[in-house]
Amino acid sequence: MNTRETQPSKLLKGATGDWEVVVGMEIHAQVTSKAKLFSGASAEYGGEPNNHVSLVDAAMPGMLPVINEECVKQAIRTGLGLQAQINLRSVFDRKNYFYPDLPQGYQISQYKHPIVGEGEVIVDVTPSERITVGIERLHLEQDAGKSIHDLSATESHVDLNRSGVALMEIVSKPDIRSAEEARAYVSKLRTILRYIGSCDGNMEQGSLRADVNVSVRKPGAPFGTRCEIKNVNSIRFIGQAVEVEARRQIGILEDGGVIAQETRLFDPGKGETRSMRSKEEAHDYRYFPDPDLLPLEFDQAYVDALKVELPELPDEKRARFVADYGLPPYDAGVLVAERASADFFEEAAKGRDAKLVANWVINELFGRLNKEGLDITRSPVSAAAIGAIVDLISTSVISGKIGKDLFEIVWQEGGDPREIVETRGLKQVTDTGAIEKAIDEIIAANPDKVAQAKAKPTMLGWFVGQVMKATGGKANPQAVNELLKSRLGV
Amino acid sequence: MSDPTHLSLAEARDALVAKKLSATELTKAHIEAIEKARALNAFLTETPELALEAARDSDARIARGEARPLEGLPLGIKDLYCTKGVRTTAASRILDDFTPTYESTVSANLWRDGALMLGKLNLDEFAMGSSNETSAFGPVVSPWRRKKGEGFDDAKIVPGGSSGGSSAAVAARLALGATATDTGGSIRQPAAFTGTVGIKPTYGRCSRWGIVAFASSLDQAGPITRTVRDAAIMLRSMAGHDPKDTTSVDAPVPDYEAAIGASVKGRRIGIPKEYRIGGGAEINALWDQGVAWLRDAGAEIVEISLPHTRFALPAYYIIAPAEASSNLARYDGVRYGLREKGRDIADMYEKTRAKGFGAEVRRRVMIGAYVLSHGYYDAFYVRAQKIRSLIKRDFDEAFAAGVDAVLTPATPSTAFAQGEKGAADPVEMYLNDIFTVTVNMAGLPGIAVPGGLGADGLPLGLQLIGRPFDEATLFSLAAALESAAPKIDFPQPWWTDAK
Repeated sequence: MNTRETQPSKLLKGATGDWEVVVGMEIHAQVTSKAKLFSGASAEYGGEPNNHVSLVDAAMPGMLPVINEECVKQAIRTGLGLQAQINLRSVFDRKNYFYPDLPQGYQISQYKHPIVGEGEVIVDVTPSERITVGIERLHLEQDAGKSIHDLSATESHVDLNRSGVALMEIVSKPDIRSAEEARAYVSKLRTILRYIGSCDGNMEQGSLRADVNVSVRKPGAPFGTRCEIKNVNSIRFIGQAVEVEARRQIGILEDGGVIAQETRLFDPGKGETRSMRSKEEAHDYRYFPDPDLLPLEFDQAYVDALKVELPELPDEKRARFVADYGLPPYDAGVLVAERASADFFEEAAKGRDAKLVANWVINELFGRLNKEGLDITRSPVSAAAIGAIVDLISTSVISGKIGKDLFEIVWQEGGDPREIVETRGLKQVTDTGAIEKAIDEIIAANPDKVAQAKAKPTMLGWFVGQVMKATGGKANPQAVNELLKSRLGV
Repeated sequence: MSDPTHLSLAEARDALVAKKLSATELTKAHIEAIEKARALNAFLTETPELALEAARDSDARIARGEARPLEGLPLGIKDLYCTKGVRTTAASRILDDFTPTYESTVSANLWRDGALMLGKLNLDEFAMGSSNETSAFGPVVSPWRRKKGEGFDDAKIVPGGSSGGSSAAVAARLALGATATDTGGSIRQPAAFTGTVGIKPTYGRCSRWGIVAFASSLDQAGPITRTVRDAAIMLRSMAGHDPKDTTSVDAPVPDYEAAIGASVKGRRIGIPKEYRIGGGAEINALWDQGVAWLRDAGAEIVEISLPHTRFALPAYYIIAPAEASSNLARYDGVRYGLREKGRDIADMYEKTRAKGFGAEVRRRVMIGAYVLSHGYYDAFYVRAQKIRSLIKRDFDEAFAAGVDAVLTPATPSTAFAQGEKGAADPVEMYLNDIFTVTVNMAGLPGIAVPGGLGADGLPLGLQLIGRPFDEATLFSLAAALESAAPKIDFPQPWWTDAK
């Protein structure tokens, strides 16, 4: 199966030539819902250990699961966001294995008949490169609890707060060909989930975790043996894990070895992957349909009603920004990466030169937010303030340069940009009399430069600089230019 | 009034409402009977204080004229039902002294209607068995004994299983009725062995919430009583939709008691020829007698074919253990119940489960894990499910052809003595379910009614199988059989002197 054409620029150099890395991912996304997948207990993150645990979550004798409809809706919404097939009938299965943080002794999951089938995600890897990553399936399943091994030397502790929380497992096709693509895919998927509101995408809290399947091959060769790197919990680590695992496999193959199919763990500290268990040690999960739950069935009208309620998704929004605001596609993509950023931009751009606003938002605001590690929702400069700054510039009340100073003042101190311009005298000088006076003084003081400028018109810039200096930067640069030209006769 | 334990549940109900008897008197009589019957080992936990407290409350309600449908009626509860604040064992060491903080829906329904609990009844461990010999707390002894000359043989007879505590307690008049559960025959076979009535309702009729699971797709709750009317009264309270069990069905619960005495004239009764092979001459003769009784009552008898019957038992012994192996995984020593210390977690699991589960449970867990494992799943589990569909289709076709109910024997023979069966070959014991498992596989209602006594003096039962959710028809037909059959005289309490 060759899901994509080989791209030479993506290949990794080895001692024996080029290698292509092939990546597929299983993303576990915690479903945003008040209650767990099959019990009424709170699905909230944190809390005192074992405080969000119902009788069902603790697998007390005789307890039965009851599906939480909100989780089903979230899975359908997500499927729609992935342009995927929604299966009107799906089945919950039991995945059987023993572990102390798995109270039932099985995880309720969907094995043969998932709620969502094939779909796709469009990923902008760079301003000039866009790829499509196929989605194999999405299914609902229970999260396990948490084992805590460091509270006692002789015993382990178990916190069941997460036990039974709903997860969506989103399985991609092996369509990813580099660490960069892997990172971009997860970012895009997270954007979609956040737009839909079906997962908060918080990787630090474990709301989004990735199992990364990596293999390498010579270009054009069949897929190599893959290793699965479990539970990678940041986008940066996903990229690193792909990189080091691909390098490890190339090293083995080039030394004449073979890759053993196994599950591995990524150690970000050491920058390496380590074997967790081999294929032979893999569990036999003894899947079978959960007899406590009827097959999950709904009709097309149910799906259609959810579709109508879906918010505008990132790809649609991006297309609209390009069409309606005339933004370059990549800029539009940057703006829609977070719903809050897109909303911020649209609020600021309303009735204004959208391209100018986009430049201000992307270059000034995002730059500054990144530098300070702030989220758009915590921006000290509001959308209205950005809009006001852009207005002041486009009506020539201030220059672009003063605009940057003004942005800094608003960032530091807050306040209404228009008032700040008034009270601090930042208004551009368009009074030609005042500018002419300054020009006259400079010409009088620099006869040698005047002679030079007549011979070499590029000297004009020096005069502009002097005038701006003399007016404290407030002179309208266009007016200065014109007046200087006529005065110097260039 | 003479001994109130000799009343049927319906008679006791009427006597209470008529104030000819108090709930306290009725309850005390049963508590005394239970205390004297410990040799039968029917109760695992006795709750006399709780029972008397509830009885006083019932007497107060009756005095105020606020009697509920089952007001003041003392019942036994199979120890597979979780009961709030009362130890629940499933007759297994693995649950140790587990005391639920919750009440099963079905028992809660009974308390809602005014019934009261005498205690928790013995059973086969996790309901796995047909003789009550697999209980971790020892076997239950049937109140019935084999005839020997003019007297009785002293071999201890089994009360059937898994609801052996329920059937023995009801037959010995230790309770007016008892809850039971049926996964492959665990209500009907013990009822047949003890001359009592037991109904397994349609799958989904009763909530499974709070009942320790054996095989989720087959388990159903139901009552064991001394009369058909009593079973109808109890089932009406036990049944009903429960949002906590998504396999329970939201359909109205009819007044089953109203079906007692209804004419069975013109009812079409199917006699499946394939059931002729499973039992002995004695049970076949009773079966023929049952046919005659129903014909005499005006029913129309038709021969039918249920061609996949012979595959039912092997398929059942794949599906039930498969589900059980998974359902019993939660008994791991981590959160409640028995824990045996180990070197590490795997060692703790192994030691706990090895010590906590008896041989029959371990056998079924292993069978279940095997049939679900990679490479065997299609050959065993998937094929068994296909057989299950075919068995259901056999019944669907019979009902579609106009059959109202199917009459079969309940068991291949009368009860056997402890240790007589299954010691060398567990399949010998499994064969006891041959007439009953099809009903669970098809999710249908089935009722066992006493037909008389065998040559050994032990009871023999007939089984009626109905359309889904048509328990009412089964009660009408069962009542017709009951009135035609010779009256069962329950044994006199020989056990009070027994050691």
